[in-house]
Amino acid sequence: MNFDFTPEQLAIKKMIREFAESEIKPYAEEIDKEKKFPEKQLKKLAKLGIMGMTIPEEYGGSQIDCVSQTIIMEELSRVCNSTAVSFGAHTSLACNPITNYGTKEQKEKYLPLLASGKYLGAFSLTEPSAGSDAANIQTTAIRDGDEYIINGSKIFITNGAKADLVNVVAMTDKAKKHNGISIFIVETKTPGFEVGKIEDKLGLCGSCTAELVFKDMRVPKENLLGGIEGQGFKQTMWTLDSGRIGIGAQGVGIAQAAFDESLKYVKEREQFGRKLFKFQAIQFMLSDMAMKIDAARLLCLRAADMKEKGKRYVKEAAMAKLFGSEVAMEVTRKAIQIHGGYGFTKDYPVERFYRDAKITEIYEGTSEIQRLVIAAELLGRGF
Amino acid sequence: MRIIVCIKQVPDTNEVKIDPKKGTLIREGIPTIMNPEDKHALLEAIEIKNKTKGKVIALSMGPPQAEEVLREALALGADEAILLCDRAFAGSDTWATANALGTAIEKIGNYDLLLFGRQAIDGDTAQVGPQTAEFLSIPQITYARKIEIKDNSVIVERQMEDGYEIIRGNLPCLITCTSDINEIEYPTLRGIKQAYRNKKVKVWSADDIKANKSKIGLLNSPTRVKRIFTPQPRGQGQLLRGPTKEVVKKIVNLLKEKELIRAF
Repeated sequence: MNFDFTPEQLAIKKMIREFAESEIKPYAEEIDKEKKFPEKQLKKLAKLGIMGMTIPEEYGGSQIDCVSQTIIMEELSRVCNSTAVSFGAHTSLACNPITNYGTKEQKEKYLPLLASGKYLGAFSLTEPSAGSDAANIQTTAIRDGDEYIINGSKIFITNGAKADLVNVVAMTDKAKKHNGISIFIVETKTPGFEVGKIEDKLGLCGSCTAELVFKDMRVPKENLLGGIEGQGFKQTMWTLDSGRIGIGAQGVGIAQAAFDESLKYVKEREQFGRKLFKFQAIQFMLSDMAMKIDAARLLCLRAADMKEKGKRYVKEAAMAKLFGSEVAMEVTRKAIQIHGGYGFTKDYPVERFYRDAKITEIYEGTSEIQRLVIAAELLGRGF
Repeated sequence: MRIIVCIKQVPDTNEVKIDPKKGTLIREGIPTIMNPEDKHALLEAIEIKNKTKGKVIALSMGPPQAEEVLREALALGADEAILLCDRAFAGSDTWATANALGTAIEKIGNYDLLLFGRQAIDGDTAQVGPQTAEFLSIPQITYARKIEIKDNSVIVERQMEDGYEIIRGNLPCLITCTSDINEIEYPTLRGIKQAYRNKKVKVWSADDIKANKSKIGLLNSPTRVKRIFTPQPRGQGQLLRGPTKEVVKKIVNLLKEKELIRAF
């Protein structure tokens, strides 16, 4: 058992902390208030190789271990969750499946573009009638000579209107249900690719969440991820398992930010002639917040460590995601309570953290789905 | 162009507190960083190297944990890193430090340019750079805010209080850099990986550099610290409110009372 980061992980943590504090945090409020897509911030992350953190060096990336990836996600979420989620959709949902399942040609063609930040990536699974029910996908991909013709629509796609490349989950053989699902690497300049409604959201206001519409969109057969039909469900589940650690880390980052602000506030604010931190009611809240953040962080790091070591980590990733997101909600709620009326205003950042936290309980598998995943792992698939 | 950059690991002074009883810095548990102006000097060296080709060697003196700033230097693009680490160096003042660094620089040898930060945020002396140049008997240019290499000389903009001077100097020389010289950069992920996986930090003892032991360490340092103290905070200010004429009258009277101004 070793709870220490390696010197390399510590150096990465230091670098990303300094970068996030100086280059992202000063713009976080503006990104949220003006619903400004964090394009500049993503470009700067690309310059440091961070947009390619899941891509091997032979394809132009700067692949680092899963624990380091988790550290980066937490640190970005700690300063600006709109930036963190745009970054996460790119590295985790767009790059990861291509790195893991792509053919050699697909990797050579697309990974260098994604690693350098020249291309921003996205992943499109959710549809109006298929959210948690991933197998009920209506988007179809029909083979026509050397191409597939894709028709359908997707909703709630992070980076949807900004991406240059989208991994599209589609049905190639409806009769086979789960086993008829495939993923296609689609360049968004492809004719027939259209952006629909852009969502107006409670939180993550700087991130872009879009509807995508595919009308007779022709994609070369070479863009079928992995080159074999029917692998899409497995590829999607793998991508989501891996992505869950990232969402857990997002929750930890948001919670840590809310805690840091609270700790600062209780040392400044006076009531009844005493600083707030002198009151036991406040101390108890701070203790609970710190303890839960720590527990959530450790769950995320354990899942990341297991993934890195090649162990099965489905249950641990679900636990990390579930606990991390619920801790984010609880800690941000308490942070507002500690700030009192000020916490409810936009003069303090805790209301933003509260709004940004909620989605972590929903996307990439709701809390309810996570509980089902954990139960299935505990009881065996056939229970 | 072969450039040696001297860097120092310092406590992050934003977080440093002073022990009110002992009057010393509380260093325990305080995070350490690469001295900011040293980082600017290092980034400048790397930029010059990228333009002219050559090598950047980062040199530091300190305890074993100072290896961390040298790894950071490697991650930022330094080619080699050397740490002077020996109990014999401990407690050196600026003069003894310059002796040690100068001796190590002579051992490295064959340099065109030495870059230092203007001063360290813990000691604020700005002496080690100039003293090292004296030790090596080479020209020095301090407070550089811009460096240009031309043929076999340097043209430096030197920051003054009310402007700047332009100075031309011959190589090899020693230049101390201010933070205006360039923008801070961060190590890339690849840089960090290389620094920790592929590059080495050499550790040299006093014997390795054949240091003159009568010129290093606490006992051989000519500087003696008599006392460290926290300056008394100034008294509370007084805020006067009211119509301008009345307030001005009150101020004048107060200043007269304190005999800071005299009535004609």
